[in-house]
Amino acid sequence: MSEHAEASAHTGTFAVKRGLADMLRGGVIMDVVTAEQAKIAEDAGAVSVMALERVPADIRRDGGVARMSDPALIGAIQEAVTIPVMAKARIGHFAEAQVLQALAVDYIDESEVLTPADEAHHIDKWPFTVPFVCGATNLGEALRRISEGAAMIRSKGEAGTGNVVEAVRHLRSILGDIRRLTQADSAERYGWAKELGAPIGLVQEVAETGRLPVPLFCAGGLATPADVSLVMQLGAEAVFVGSGIFKSEDPARRARAIVEAAAHFEDADHVAKVSRGLGEAMRGEELSALSERLADRGW
Amino acid sequence: MTIGVLALQGDVREHLGALAELGVGARRLRTPADLAGIDGVILPGGESTTLSLLLASSGLFDPLAAAIGAGLPTFGTCAGLVLLAQDVRGGRPDQRGFGVLDCRVLRNGYGRQSESFEATIEVSASLGASAMPAVFIRAPLIESVGTDVEVLGWAETPRDGTRRPVICRQGNVLASAFHPELTGDRRLHRYFVGLVASSELETPEDPVAALAR
Repeated sequence: MSEHAEASAHTGTFAVKRGLADMLRGGVIMDVVTAEQAKIAEDAGAVSVMALERVPADIRRDGGVARMSDPALIGAIQEAVTIPVMAKARIGHFAEAQVLQALAVDYIDESEVLTPADEAHHIDKWPFTVPFVCGATNLGEALRRISEGAAMIRSKGEAGTGNVVEAVRHLRSILGDIRRLTQADSAERYGWAKELGAPIGLVQEVAETGRLPVPLFCAGGLATPADVSLVMQLGAEAVFVGSGIFKSEDPARRARAIVEAAAHFEDADHVAKVSRGLGEAMRGEELSALSERLADRGW
Repeated sequence: MTIGVLALQGDVREHLGALAELGVGARRLRTPADLAGIDGVILPGGESTTLSLLLASSGLFDPLAAAIGAGLPTFGTCAGLVLLAQDVRGGRPDQRGFGVLDCRVLRNGYGRQSESFEATIEVSASLGASAMPAVFIRAPLIESVGTDVEVLGWAETPRDGTRRPVICRQGNVLASAFHPELTGDRRLHRYFVGLVASSELETPEDPVAALAR
């Protein structure tokens, strides 16, 4: 087949990396700590699961250093479900990311929920075949992560709190700045690049398209179907729900309801219907009661 | 002409954008009421397990299955192919599909995301013959097709070098294992729009419209 020699396949291209993020849009990615939870998540309609040893609420409670999960746990979860499996590496810990790539996870979350391994540098994500998602609290942070090769951005929120207020703040910051940037003239864009600490090329792209060059998802503190509807109406394209599901009274039911809310986020009647009688949500935390903000990790 | 794009989950916006580029009217499908007056339907890429659940809970599954069964032109990409295939391996046992395309697919048959790939693929003369760029994301592998299925595109499987069908058509049902909506090549969408147009001419459901012609 020498005449088809040009038809060789390319893995790990940016189109392939962001393509998977595109396929997850409108869906719910759920934190799970066991293969059984992963099955519950898939049964409920999750588009993907995040394989963890502890959900953020427990990481927050237990303290200590939070690291990449045991490969045996990740493997068990990969075996249990047919949907994509994500896993977290510490910020800057490229060796953990290499291990996760060797395990063939579908997405790597370079996450502030784990204890950072590098106080100045994030992972150079371009050499990897497996795509990365990174958290961001503002537009500059989002564009720096994209310049390092992230193929999906999630607003950070404050993980493990069951409190949506930070997710809203970060989303509004990112999307509000995008809206303002589209109004800037060509000279002002250079000022924006300096202000944001982001590459001018990406700033120009956002100014022209009115959106990030990769999908923008929302994470951190979502606990109810209405929370999901809120952040998706604000402009999030999909949601990560961590402690909010498996720290609630009836995880299977809540998971299902949250999937429905993501699919029908603009239909208040539908959100009302699926919100009925879900049992207690996770208890949640006032932000002022926290000793440490995970969202402050990352630079 | 109005084409409905199933909008419960997945890359809906790219399909709407492709149809807009071709100047075709489009509508998001989320509830059974959205089906009224559509001339064709697109099942986008996404997670087929999620789509299958949401199709059932939204009440769209049964009316859509009836319409597709009655000949409503339908185009499925990736997860959409899984929803259309008669025989799905590697899915969930409770996963429901429309089962109108006589082929056997293996879900995620090309492997996990690390094996997702871009390639230029061969297409038939009806699609213009020249190579088409294609993005495969955890794509379903078409293992075999029935005799009534016309294969319109082929690609080499990276893992073993075998040449496999990646675009299939059976009557009014069109499906691809890859995502034409993610590239700028609009030939497949144009082909589908042609299918919808010719189907409107052949089987007018509205006798008044038929008389007017």
